[in-house]
Amino acid sequence: MNLTLHVWRQVDAGAPGRLVRYEARDVSPDMSFLEMLDVVNEGLIEKGEDPIAFDHDCREGICGSCGVMINGSAHGPMAGTATCQLHMRSFKDGDKIVIEPWRARAFPVLRDLIVDRSPLDRIIQAGGFVSIATGNAPDAHTILVPKQDAESAMDAAQCIGCGACVAACPNASAMLFTAAKVSHLGLLPQGQPERDRRALGMVTQMDLEGFGGCTNYGECTTACPKEISLETIARMNRDFRVATFRARPESAGAGSS
Amino acid sequence: MSTPLGFVRSTVGRKVMMAVTGLMLVGFVAGHATGNLLVFKGPDALNAYGALLKSSAVVLWTVRLVLLTAVGVHIWAALTLIRLNQVSRPVAYAKHVPQASTLAARLMRAGGLLLLAFIVFHLLHLTTGTIHPGYTFSHTDVYSNVVSSFQVPWLALVYIVAMVALLAHLSHGVWSFFQTMGWNHPRFNTARRVFATVVALIVSLGFIAIPSAILGGMLR
Ligand code: FES
Repeated sequence: MNLTLHVWRQVDAGAPGRLVRYEARDVSPDMSFLEMLDVVNEGLIEKGEDPIAFDHDCREGICGSCGVMINGSAHGPMAGTATCQLHMRSFKDGDKIVIEPWRARAFPVLRDLIVDRSPLDRIIQAGGFVSIATGNAPDAHTILVPKQDAESAMDAAQCIGCGACVAACPNASAMLFTAAKVSHLGLLPQGQPERDRRALGMVTQMDLEGFGGCTNYGECTTACPKEISLETIARMNRDFRVATFRARPESAGAGSS
Repeated sequence: MSTPLGFVRSTVGRKVMMAVTGLMLVGFVAGHATGNLLVFKGPDALNAYGALLKSSAVVLWTVRLVLLTAVGVHIWAALTLIRLNQVSRPVAYAKHVPQASTLAARLMRAGGLLLLAFIVFHLLHLTTGTIHPGYTFSHTDVYSNVVSSFQVPWLALVYIVAMVALLAHLSHGVWSFFQTMGWNHPRFNTARRVFATVVALIVSLGFIAIPSAILGGMLR
């Protein structure tokens, strides 16, 4: 099939960008979206033009590197699917496809479709960790985890940090990402020692990075390739609220007046 | 970090403040709508109710101040968050297709501003009596104020439109309250949606019934 692409081209963060039209010829329905872009890029290289820059790595939907806005929805039309796992059979001959980078103040465009997602890394650094005892590996059942908690924690842990939630949110909010990370550790016994610090630290960092706030639109969860639920956001809201009133300042000991 | 100021500054904290003040205001409009329905019991019932509300200046002004504070906090949190959300995506998408958001959710901002304008109008109309097209305002005869004003079609229409805006605002707001407070559970999520819709419908239809009945000539 043949497609018309309108792709955002931008040389670097400082340069102005624009949508450029490309014709994609003889696209096989079995190609992934990224393979289609590879073929377009080969044509561009042959003509001596700069190929379209886009992020990708595993191409099997688990690393979170890929992700572009495809016709106005993050990762394109298929639910629960990252851009690398989206196949061209989701489109039909003659389609016009607009391809844009994630757009958020916190995610400046580095080049073409690649944005800087390091704010998400800094949110993780602000609390996305647990303390563990070093030494011999403990027995598997030393710490008992209720089955349902393990399941819910795993659901949240599926977040691959692609940033589609930010891209899809009309407010460019990173609530779903942050909430997935807060939930995934906060649901497990191993995550309890840092639970208050985690919610406070990650939410504070999220705000510092310049993301928008949550208005409960639900666009994030619909765009999420891992279908992280809005329940995680509620859990983070609760953890943050409770932690605000429960957490003691680092210096104050128990019982200080 | 975990200070009251940090809480107020954070986006999550401000949403909690909006949720809590929102709940107070929902409580108020629900009570207000219930009281207003006394109009259907006739002039004496409504006027006695009006007199009861004004019987203690202390109570009246305490309630008014609490409500004013709640409205103020609600609006302040909303405006600062709207401002943040507006600057969070400096370059717009050439194409952005909303997939999930409800109309009610997308109308929260415009609808909220409309309701604010309406509240000011309403206070000037039925509390202070500054606006009284074609009739004389009485500080004691609530019933005649209501009936004579809603016989003016445009005035009835203003109220009906505002209450439709309230319907949309509450249907998202009440649902949102639970999410913001962190009460989201698969077992209650359907009930939560239904509850929000029912509350919004009862309150707004309760209000709408009055101008409609008067305009339709059922009350005079
Ligand atoms: S390339 Fe790894 S998730 Fe798409």
